[in-house]
Amino acid sequence: MSLFNVMNISSTGMSAENVRLNTTASNIANANSVSSSYEDTYRARHPVFAAALDKASADQSKGVGVEVKGIVESDKPLQIEYAPGNPMADENGYIYKSNVNIVEEMANMMSASKAYETNVQVADTTKRIFRRVLQLGQGQ
Amino acid sequence: MAINLDRLAGFHHNALKVRADKMEVIAGNLANANTPGYKAKDIDFRTAMNSAMQGANSSQAGPSALVRTSEKHIAGTSKHNFDIHYRIPDQADTGDANTVDVQVERNAFLENGMRYEASLMLLNGKFSGMKKAISSGGQ
Repeated sequence: MSLFNVMNISSTGMSAENVRLNTTASNIANANSVSSSYEDTYRARHPVFAAALDKASADQSKGVGVEVKGIVESDKPLQIEYAPGNPMADENGYIYKSNVNIVEEMANMMSASKAYETNVQVADTTKRIFRRVLQLGQGQ
Repeated sequence: MAINLDRLAGFHHNALKVRADKMEVIAGNLANANTPGYKAKDIDFRTAMNSAMQGANSSQAGPSALVRTSEKHIAGTSKHNFDIHYRIPDQADTGDANTVDVQVERNAFLENGMRYEASLMLLNGKFSGMKKAISSGGQ
């Protein structure tokens, strides 16, 4: 039934935005992480969203949900800093800082939480309408 | 005159079906508000309603029924919906080829939901009228 499909679609939206919030939280938490080699340094992670067309045609649903195809690590160059006093410094005295752009992550966080809210509102409106359908024909 | 439930509730029944489909499509747009390359879609209510009413009136399964030019052809219906169109974006592409305008979609969803409830109310009125007639005015 199509009203259930609306619920399914908004739940796919919620879970996708949840993944985005999750990666954002991890990026912000690791914004100041340092390491002593280029390979071991934390890199900003971002989810890749795609329309779940296969699932939509399997459910014979008119609307299309969203799915997370995967999580990619940013390939932006890392910040290399000369800090011989740092315990994490390598033999030449350099530390490697993550490539997280904190401003970008904050904007991402706001966008994800707004999109999550929108999906919650869709589910909420659908629930209200469902109630009305269930009450059809009752009363005088 | 025989009581025909189809004639009593047919119009609103079809309207609710189209409204529910429209809700699904708009919910899909909102879920894909951040998907790169996704194009916003919508159902044109007038054409969808027309095709739903035609499907209800004729013995055929609607406009998506396949044409049979020979008796030996297998009768079949297509599940494809021809009423879904892509929305024309109001503003230029912001870089990710996504055409969903969240504000527009939210308002469309809300409006559609209210119209759904209005159709439900009208349907409810039909049912309560029929109930009254059956119970001879509550006597």
